[in-house]
Amino acid sequence: MWNLLQIELFKIMRKPRTYLAFGIIAAFIFLIQLGLLVNGKDWMMFMMGSLGETMNIDYGKLVNGYAVCFFVLNLLLVHVPILVALVAGDVVSGEASMGTLRLLAAKPVSRTQIILAKYFATAVYVFALLAWIAVISLVVSLAVFGKNDLVVAKTSGLQLIESSDVLWRYFFAFGFAFIAMMVVAAISLLLSTLSENSIGPIVATVGIIIVCTLISEMEIPLYQKYIKPYLFTTYMLGWKGFFYIGSTADGETIKGSIQYLPAILKSVGALLLYIVALVSASVFIFRKKDILS
Amino acid sequence: MKKKLFILLLIPVSFFARAQDAAILVQKVKDKIGLVNNYEANGKMKTNIAFLKVPVATVKLYFKKPDQLLIKNEKGISFVPKTAVNINLNNVLNNGKYSVLDAGADKIGGTVVTVVKLLPEDDNADVVLSTLYIDPLKLVVLKSKTTTRDNGTYELEMSYGKYIAYGLPDKVIFSFNTKDYKLPKGVTFDFEDGSTKKTPAEKRNNQKGKVEIAIGSYTINKGISDAVFK
Repeated sequence: MWNLLQIELFKIMRKPRTYLAFGIIAAFIFLIQLGLLVNGKDWMMFMMGSLGETMNIDYGKLVNGYAVCFFVLNLLLVHVPILVALVAGDVVSGEASMGTLRLLAAKPVSRTQIILAKYFATAVYVFALLAWIAVISLVVSLAVFGKNDLVVAKTSGLQLIESSDVLWRYFFAFGFAFIAMMVVAAISLLLSTLSENSIGPIVATVGIIIVCTLISEMEIPLYQKYIKPYLFTTYMLGWKGFFYIGSTADGETIKGSIQYLPAILKSVGALLLYIVALVSASVFIFRKKDILS
Repeated sequence: MKKKLFILLLIPVSFFARAQDAAILVQKVKDKIGLVNNYEANGKMKTNIAFLKVPVATVKLYFKKPDQLLIKNEKGISFVPKTAVNINLNNVLNNGKYSVLDAGADKIGGTVVTVVKLLPEDDNADVVLSTLYIDPLKLVVLKSKTTTRDNGTYELEMSYGKYIAYGLPDKVIFSFNTKDYKLPKGVTFDFEDGSTKKTPAEKRNNQKGKVEIAIGSYTINKGISDAVFK
């Protein structure tokens, strides 16, 4: 299995599209950082809205490394699934289109092992991608913008998390994001086992994510009640839960607390369930598949 | 008949005398507060506003006569209501000319206080009415209520300790009106955390904010640069 994983990793790493994702992310984050470096105060004033009329706010302190990283994750984690699909959608169908899938299946390893090795190799890629995001968005932002408290905006109000209470939340948030991205990888893998070319699974994965995200965000009672609870995109925003801090009855935040831990655990559970179901389906389909290419 | 006339004459005289007493009392309080030209104080600020969740902040307060006051979080970020500058009583007592009315006596926490109303003489002044609850023995303001044209009503409650000789409180509770804060979901992309939404009645109750500042120490009349307030 280890050898198989190494081979799969080698295949992923030698494709230019793998590095394309890293490049796109670096460019994207750099543009955000540059924008915030120049107009960060204006952006914060927009976020604070009418609050600035009644409160004295030091906007300069609000734009700090933690806040920039939070902003980046808000924008980026919606788009990272596309980059994940770019690689994960190709792992089986790419070989089918190149004609190497038959050779692979002829090897003295089970098809289950092949699929699992491909999925684990994708997991390494996703991990590397998220680590890359963490380094550029968090480490670089902290170096450029400095460290201070993090203000998180919700529709109902603002929460302030002390700087000494933020870093561990990012670790867990990235951990959660990894699980969420692995669901996307599992969808791509499943579609990849059904296709003979790479474009189909990649486009289909992106399409599924867009449709599910739109339904998740639409405030239509029918969708909210009957469809939303079953969509994986509903649970993908769970990483934000680590930044919703608990508080006392009179609004004083409790250091080290998470406001709705059960909701996060429920999201983790739902996402893991999706992964198990999708990877199992991929294994089942691949085992039954007539490999003709 | 003569007796009735005497009593009728006595009523305005007594009213005038009481108003004069109140004016003297206010002047004495002003004189006491006037001893402080500037101060720097260390304190802990607790904010209780419905749409804000913030930790207790370690703050520094800077004051310079006549009306410069700054509340600054030395380390982190803090949200300080703009009307909080009024925790400085100079802003209430030296805010233009006003008429002083004696509104009788009351009790605050077992202390008998004289209630005084300040009516600004300027019709266009932002402050419409200020009510002060003054401890006549210690010559300090224990509570004040100020109604303004544009910023609603705010209330101050003060308790004194070590710095009572300067009329500087150890603890200030500042209550004020707040506006609701809301951002569209499309901007925040909230995570559905299972929390229940507030009812309109709850939202109405949440239009009041409160800031509590417990002051540990003051450095009085040692001079403060104007640059601090910029």
